[in-house]
Amino acid sequence: MTASMATTRKKAAAATKLSGAQMILKALTDLGVEVVFGYPGGAVLPIYDELFKQDKIRHILVRHEQAATHAAEGYARSTGKPGVVLVTSGPGATNAVTGLTDAMLDSIPMICLTGQVARHLIGNDAFQEADTVGITRPCTKHNYLVKDAADIPNVFHEAFYVATNGRPGPVVIDLPKDVQIEQAEYEVTGRGEHRTYRPQLEGEEEAIREAVAAMATAKRPILYTGGGIINSGPEASDLLTELAHMTGFPVTSTLMGLGAFAASEKQFLGMLGMHGTWEANHAMHDCDVMVNLGARFDDRVTGRVDAFSPGSKKIHVDIDLSSINKNVAVDIPIVGDAAHVIRRMIDIWKEEGFSNHQPSLDDWWSQIEGWRSRECLKYQDQADVIMPQKALERLEALTKDKDPIISTEVGQHQMWAAQFLGFEKPNRWLTSGGLGTMGYGLPAAMGAQIAFPDRLCIDVAGEASIQMNIQELGTLKQYNLPVKVFIMNNEYMGMVRQWQDLSYEGRRSESYSASLPDFVALAEAYGMKGLKVEKAEDLDAVITEMIETDGPVIVDCRVAKLENCFPMVPAGAAHNEMLLPGDGVSKPTDAEALAVV
Amino acid sequence: MKEQGTIATHTISVVVDNEAGVLARVIGLFSGRGYNIESLTVAAVDRNDKRSRITVVTSGTRMVIEQIKAQLDRLVPVQKVADLTIEGPHVSRDLALVKVSGEGDKRVEALRLADAFRARVVDSTRTSFVFELTGSASKLDAFVDLMRDLGLVEVARTGAVALSRGEGGL
Repeated sequence: MTASMATTRKKAAAATKLSGAQMILKALTDLGVEVVFGYPGGAVLPIYDELFKQDKIRHILVRHEQAATHAAEGYARSTGKPGVVLVTSGPGATNAVTGLTDAMLDSIPMICLTGQVARHLIGNDAFQEADTVGITRPCTKHNYLVKDAADIPNVFHEAFYVATNGRPGPVVIDLPKDVQIEQAEYEVTGRGEHRTYRPQLEGEEEAIREAVAAMATAKRPILYTGGGIINSGPEASDLLTELAHMTGFPVTSTLMGLGAFAASEKQFLGMLGMHGTWEANHAMHDCDVMVNLGARFDDRVTGRVDAFSPGSKKIHVDIDLSSINKNVAVDIPIVGDAAHVIRRMIDIWKEEGFSNHQPSLDDWWSQIEGWRSRECLKYQDQADVIMPQKALERLEALTKDKDPIISTEVGQHQMWAAQFLGFEKPNRWLTSGGLGTMGYGLPAAMGAQIAFPDRLCIDVAGEASIQMNIQELGTLKQYNLPVKVFIMNNEYMGMVRQWQDLSYEGRRSESYSASLPDFVALAEAYGMKGLKVEKAEDLDAVITEMIETDGPVIVDCRVAKLENCFPMVPAGAAHNEMLLPGDGVSKPTDAEALAVV
Repeated sequence: MKEQGTIATHTISVVVDNEAGVLARVIGLFSGRGYNIESLTVAAVDRNDKRSRITVVTSGTRMVIEQIKAQLDRLVPVQKVADLTIEGPHVSRDLALVKVSGEGDKRVEALRLADAFRARVVDSTRTSFVFELTGSASKLDAFVDLMRDLGLVEVARTGAVALSRGEGGL
């Protein structure tokens, strides 16, 4: 009561003052925010009241806070701009934790505003109180508890700077309810940067020269590219393409980097890693110079570390010093932004007059063509059932000319999508790589669709994952977002079942998706179109109907139940010990190998 | 990655923005990533410029130590990280308060040893002393060990604070 009396008095004293909530909206507007994904609650009512009074920022009401974070990720990943989330205190904030962690691991710029109980209640176990800055400290790039309304302008500018500069990541701003009401003057001091944080963009010249010299004398080189290229912006993708063409090197990409180099390019070997292609993994294993551009030697990529590409000189370009020498010791570390460093590499390559056959790469390419001829993604098509690979091949064929944005959930369908959908450009591929969050795809597609209302946005889903954020069908309907949810329904948590079959002697413990809803009826219950397809000959018609339908659609695509995803680098194995479909029987796996995966 | 190579102890100096939560970030990083902390000290060193200095003594293989420094450097409020162990000579000091209780010969012996170690008596009753002692961690260990037979009650130690030798600074 005294607080509100004090604010009334202050209001009379200075007309130029704004409430904390007004300042928040002003800061967001000044920072160019157009969309906020959120869910209201007690501790953010003042902010929601200000949202109501303005029309510059659009609020998208999700059905669960986790979905708000993934929608913001989808928005960020497809646009390159930071995604903004607004949730209440306590459960609102804790529900956002999964999405924050996801954004942390995949380096997605995100700002998450969380309500907090009033300052005098903090620490008192108040209603809907949680130690948000404490809980989110390890899963954010940085976080703030705003204790004074006057700090709002600077904290917001700083938070956006931190989230989007250097290696991007999520930033939480925790806002006590009384700070949202408190009046203060809106003043941004400084230049909207952080006081001390300055990421390094330019790589060290000497190291880049050393790297280019190694590249120029390589006999078996490879470019191993990752999400850092996407995060660096579309220009980095163009530069990567220029570098690849100029050097004639083969290119492989991590899951997060797909689209940075066009999949249709002859020099592209496909994705590497646990479910990477035969040619990509063998080329990585046998190369003599490896050029890692914006990837981080993730354990899904390297397989057994002590057998990872044993004979190669390794060059690693990363904007984050802590990614270098973390999992794999490298010979030439370069800390810097991908676009900056690649541009420098190109300049030096030209300056030194290196050609693209410097020694000849013909032997290397003929070896790679040998690996390619194994046709590792080939599968046994069947007449009486839809093979999941086939479904994706048809999906790609029928949507390619529409330049679709594809999101996925997590599991077999995700790996198949990575293998079978060719991405030609960056920012078209939204997937949860680092954290592997089931339930990511639907809200991520939603976020991308908000950013690009006229583009075709498809969530390639599994019947298990989709249920983890299925409530967002309500959001699709409310905003008439024409997201297409393509469920590859095999009635199993397919990847869990595959591991159980390969490593646990087929004991399918709890991996059957029992009591599935009728997805068509579910779609209809939400007021959208539901389609079901069970026969391969109907695939094209159903996919076409899905694309041509105005508004959201769910497709229940019944696929082969027990198909495994190959190639596969099994538990504790090296890149050159991949399994192909023919090998897909239970192999004895020792306890140590099972533990490391 | 599997540990290879010898484990060494390093003293790392970290200059940070003096703001809420910064110590929690540093400690959380060590516990979250499974690094050792042998000692950690922190205090504001420049109130005008809002800077604090954390001195952390840790151990690990060369690769782990490099990783610790890179991870520290990555924290937004961390301004500078220096590995005093490899960046040239440095001085390192702990401070200990050591309470000893005893009578007769033991009391005399404790006082005599304290004098030899240049410890100061900062509290005294007829049956106890509290000694204040500064020096290297090993010197403090040696003193505490000697006091065990002479009525050691309890010890409080600060952990190391350290600076590089010579005129340069962080």
